[in-house]
Amino acid sequence: MAPLAPRTGDAVFANVERVNAELFTLTYGAIVRQLLTDLEEVEEVNKQLDQMGYNIGVRLIDEFLAKSGVSSCVDFRETADVIAKVGFKMFLGVTASVTNWDAEGTSCSLVLDDNPLVDFVELPDTCQGLYYCNILSGVIRGALEMVSMKTEVTWIRDMLHGDDAYELRVKLLKQVPEEYPYKDDE
Amino acid sequence: MIGAGKIKQYANVLDKPLSRGRQEVSLSAFAFLFSELVQYNQTRVDNIAELERRLEDAGYAVGARVLELLCHREKGNRRETRLLGILSFVHSTVWKVLFGKVADSLEKGTEHEDEYMISEKELLVNRFISIPKDMGTFNCGAFVAGIVKVRMGYDLAVFHWLFVTSISSNWPKLNKLLFLEKGVLDGAGFPAVVTAHFVPVEGQHRPRTTILIKFAEEVLQREARLG
Repeated sequence: MAPLAPRTGDAVFANVERVNAELFTLTYGAIVRQLLTDLEEVEEVNKQLDQMGYNIGVRLIDEFLAKSGVSSCVDFRETADVIAKVGFKMFLGVTASVTNWDAEGTSCSLVLDDNPLVDFVELPDTCQGLYYCNILSGVIRGALEMVSMKTEVTWIRDMLHGDDAYELRVKLLKQVPEEYPYKDDE
Repeated sequence: MIGAGKIKQYANVLDKPLSRGRQEVSLSAFAFLFSELVQYNQTRVDNIAELERRLEDAGYAVGARVLELLCHREKGNRRETRLLGILSFVHSTVWKVLFGKVADSLEKGTEHEDEYMISEKELLVNRFISIPKDMGTFNCGAFVAGIVKVRMGYDLAVFHWLFVTSISSNWPKLNKLLFLEKGVLDGAGFPAVVTAHFVPVEGQHRPRTTILIKFAEEVLQREARLG
């Protein structure tokens, strides 16, 4: 079968099965609440959320590549663009914008205008150190690692902490060269 | 609009306009998230019953919020007060909002008067789940059971409250009853036990999921009084 032509985020999103965003939002809220009760330390919760995101990212990349028809990106710039325009759209139904590139083209910011994770959410004083959406950074890190890119993903701005948008800083640490021939079993 | 209307900031989460609940995310996003919920909880428990209880707790947290949301949005702040009314509300309205369709069936138990069943051929949360042999009767539907549980508990508590206050309207008592209502919302004194079960269906590869609702005795007595 010929590879699918790359599709736009909207087209992919229109073709996947969808669920009510509120169920998703509230389920995520239930997870965060459970973690806060179990782990008590906000730092630990951040770590656990990141780990969960990583687990998701590692698996999500398969579906992403299969359904989006995106082929290898020529550089990190294109990668960031694809994440923002196709990745976010395909899974969360929102898009991000890519800004603030550094001179080397190895780190940039993903800015989210709309974030389905945080609806109905307000952080109490006791949780000020919590990165509520930390799962997202884990997802990006996990997914990129599966396509040979070691990254570091951190939160720069968070509306729950009073900022005016959600901004994720994605920094490319190392591009692991692909090894030929692939060690396939077949 | 769900998701904080485009960079507009509100001082308080309650100042935000209520979303109309039309926004969607991909089913996989939910499935991935749910799978993490289950996997995480698996690391915190020693047995299946505990795991189901923890999932039920998570569902309960969702249910409490869905309830508030739907009462405002779908029902103009009115609540159901009768048994059948509540059941059909769960079966149709709640299911429709959460899972995009009404539940496959709502039946009354044949053996016990106090039992009702909501069945679903392919419950959303069980869709991508296969249960390992060694986990026996474990059912992720426990999460949905938690959602339903809250609905039953709360609606009936409010109903109870209305009923009692209509015969006595002095203030101290009223306050006490308001407290009771809150207690039920928090999970104390539940008038129904809700569980999820797999039921094999002939000619079908996968079993369907049945949510069994067993009402507490006082609920049925109350219902009988109302005739």
